[in-house]
Amino acid sequence: MATEFKESIHKAVNNANLTGALGKFSEAYKVNRVKAYEGIDFEELRGQISEIKSYAAAHQEELSELFTKNAEAHGAKVYRTKDPGEVREYILKVAMENGVKTVVKSKSMATEEIHLNPFLENAGIEVGETDLGEWIIQLAGQTPSHMVMPAIHMTKEEVSELFSKELDERLSTDIPRLVKVARTALRDKFLQADMGISGGNIAVAETGSIVLMTNEGNARLVTSLPKIHIALVGIEKLVANFKDVVPILTALPKSATAQLLTSYVSIISGATPNTDGSLKNLHIILMDNRRSEMADDPKFKQALQCIRCASCLNVCPVFRLVGGHVFGKIYTGGIGTILTAWFDELKKSEDIQGLCIQCGACKDVCPGKIDIPELIMEIRRRLVKDQGMPLLQKTIYSVVNNRRLFHGMLRAASVAAKPFTTGKFVRHLPMFLADLTDGRSLPAIAEKPFRDRFKEITQPPCKEKAVFYGGCLIDFAYPEMGEAAIKVLNKAGIEVLFPEEQTCCGAPARYNGAYETAAGNAESNIKALLSEDANYIVSACPTCTVALSREFISTFESLGKTELIPEARKLADKTIDFSTLVMKLVREGRLTLKEREEVESITYHDSCHLKRTMQISEEPRELLKQAGYEIHEMFECDTCCGMGGSYSMKLPEISAPILQRKLHNIKETGVKIVAMDCPGCVMQIRGGIDQDGAAIDVRHTVELLASKLE
Amino acid sequence: MFQQFRIRAEGVGAEVHRFATNDAALDFVIRFLQDEGLADSLQSTALWAECPFLKLVDLQPLLRLGGLKFEVTRELAAEARFGISQMEWALADTGSLAQNSTAIEQRLVSSLATIHIALVPTSGILPDMPALLSRVNPKECAYLAMITGPSRTADIERVLTIGVHGPERLVIVFVDELGGAN
Repeated sequence: MATEFKESIHKAVNNANLTGALGKFSEAYKVNRVKAYEGIDFEELRGQISEIKSYAAAHQEELSELFTKNAEAHGAKVYRTKDPGEVREYILKVAMENGVKTVVKSKSMATEEIHLNPFLENAGIEVGETDLGEWIIQLAGQTPSHMVMPAIHMTKEEVSELFSKELDERLSTDIPRLVKVARTALRDKFLQADMGISGGNIAVAETGSIVLMTNEGNARLVTSLPKIHIALVGIEKLVANFKDVVPILTALPKSATAQLLTSYVSIISGATPNTDGSLKNLHIILMDNRRSEMADDPKFKQALQCIRCASCLNVCPVFRLVGGHVFGKIYTGGIGTILTAWFDELKKSEDIQGLCIQCGACKDVCPGKIDIPELIMEIRRRLVKDQGMPLLQKTIYSVVNNRRLFHGMLRAASVAAKPFTTGKFVRHLPMFLADLTDGRSLPAIAEKPFRDRFKEITQPPCKEKAVFYGGCLIDFAYPEMGEAAIKVLNKAGIEVLFPEEQTCCGAPARYNGAYETAAGNAESNIKALLSEDANYIVSACPTCTVALSREFISTFESLGKTELIPEARKLADKTIDFSTLVMKLVREGRLTLKEREEVESITYHDSCHLKRTMQISEEPRELLKQAGYEIHEMFECDTCCGMGGSYSMKLPEISAPILQRKLHNIKETGVKIVAMDCPGCVMQIRGGIDQDGAAIDVRHTVELLASKLE
Repeated sequence: MFQQFRIRAEGVGAEVHRFATNDAALDFVIRFLQDEGLADSLQSTALWAECPFLKLVDLQPLLRLGGLKFEVTRELAAEARFGISQMEWALADTGSLAQNSTAIEQRLVSSLATIHIALVPTSGILPDMPALLSRVNPKECAYLAMITGPSRTADIERVLTIGVHGPERLVIVFVDELGGAN
């Protein structure tokens, strides 16, 4: 990771204004977004949007032609180009031909994408941003930190300072007063401007219309007052039919700022008259800039379903810590990472793609139904394919692919870490490893892994069998979780088998783009796990369960190893996570959990892969309730704990504050036990609690259930 | 639908009134202008854009008001405190108003003035956006404008502030007689 990038992260997480404003906003946003969508079937709505947009992405050329024809029939001039340089030249040409001296702009990401402002300014044209946030950052000489709220990182004191300097007048920090000042200052610019430049939220092929949404009312002025209007629209904004604007207009304001509708929506379908009776000189530029290449890419065409609401930023546990500047100059957050990789270049996304912790929160709320985490993984995969992997990682993954060597090293590490181990934790590591135990202790590697302990367990005779997939953490750090699983399953009449050849599920490799390694792991595991004849393959680690039930298949698909897919499917069909299996057994009357009377209070943390990838959140809660636990829900119970596999090792400065927030929310409930279904989350949260010193027991659901059985 | 509209529109800071007759609505507008300081001086004038309502009422009382003009120019609109226009539709589910604003005068009075007074026939209330868009033919409407509450921003420290580039007050006056009841 580049030092410069690490420094920008350091700067951001230590900027109290930024993290404060973003943190507060993200908390309020979650609540308000739900309120804004009340009475609306979000799944149905986003189904419509993704259909409309994916159709448009597949018919870009046809829709561009149709749009051009229809807009030109109503007096607009439409200019189409692939090249951002030609966009700039065209705008300059129109400006020169009409003697334009000043331009007013309403917010447009597309103009930022092509760095239009400095280009026009170099040609001697004065360019004024009129969106308040954009004007603030223009005055500050900065770039937007958020796609919808560009100046969210700045305080009123900083804004007051900027305005005072610009207007040569000492201003207070009273926000309504500052807004008034901006209104007055910009009003003159509007009235004097020779040209207005806008973006476009939607472009309708059927009618040649462009749709503009604002809250401030600046787009209305930009499109009404100057005699020339240029709208710069990326071709991904095209939709086929006029009626297609409805679902987008319905979702965009709700997802962006939790509003039912923005204050102003303008649908412009042709040139309108000016006050002197002349017709508006209206130009619409349809810009490609690699969007058609994206449409041809089987994976990334999905990203064209984006409606630019930025909800993926608003719910991202990483974005709310680092803000937009870390992501680069233009598009930020989850979708921004993808757009940067395309509109700029893949290489530019090298560092920022690593910011994604793969928690899946964005995928849940995306109104375009884009699997953002999956696309970021695909960027990782392509980067690794193009540039290879750093030597250290390469070495690690070649070890992971050799089970004997890998497991041998884990055993050796148990001994090597001894000097740093206190009880069950590694609390401090020396030198360059010190970051890893900053704010979180690591679990000590078990002296005797689960695979060894398993051989010593005597199981009662059972009529059904299940293969247990341990995964590295249960096998080598938390073997007691494996033992607890056996206890519970035995009670329901299920004998547990543990094929020794099973190895790492490959998730760490996959999440780092090392798909070949992941495929190697997948192959070994499929062979090992299908070697036994059992009804279930059960895992108490959601990340492993997702690997077994989904990712083996998609890894093979990505690599074109189609011959391996049928076996992978066989494995997937049998794979089940621990809580779902136990819930099933309870429902079938094969297992009764409540064997003691006392009730204990706990809180429950939803693990990302279980909640969002597998959509499981009720089963563990129901089991825990039946086992005599009373659940006190914590705030943001399904927000990532900051573990993210190796993420916490690569970006500890981000992982640590995410963990702190989680610990805070756990402590706020006042209970003494926190349950979760993922050993990775246990590792992160238990380690955090250990350093925090709070008297809270961090437990895997399997342990809590087993402890209630005789 | 009127009740739903009112709740939604007031929820975003608009002021909603309803009158049975054109005359009652006219009385209200005149009183409102006077109470809010209408005068023939800078930042106190009113501009009334051409609309069907003006053809249905007795203009005499209006002509007696100092500071009210019916000729709409950029310059006059820029210095007006009040902008008055008739909007054709209202959307109950979002509390929005909509108008074919192809004529620039309609946009000037509703975007440059500090207070926008919008007259709306009560029968123009539609349930939602699909109902509106099915009635609008873009071929005959080069500029469809939708307005939901006053102009707003939260760009400084996420603090909601009213009145940035557009009006800081939106006063909606429904008139039943202007087109039946709903």
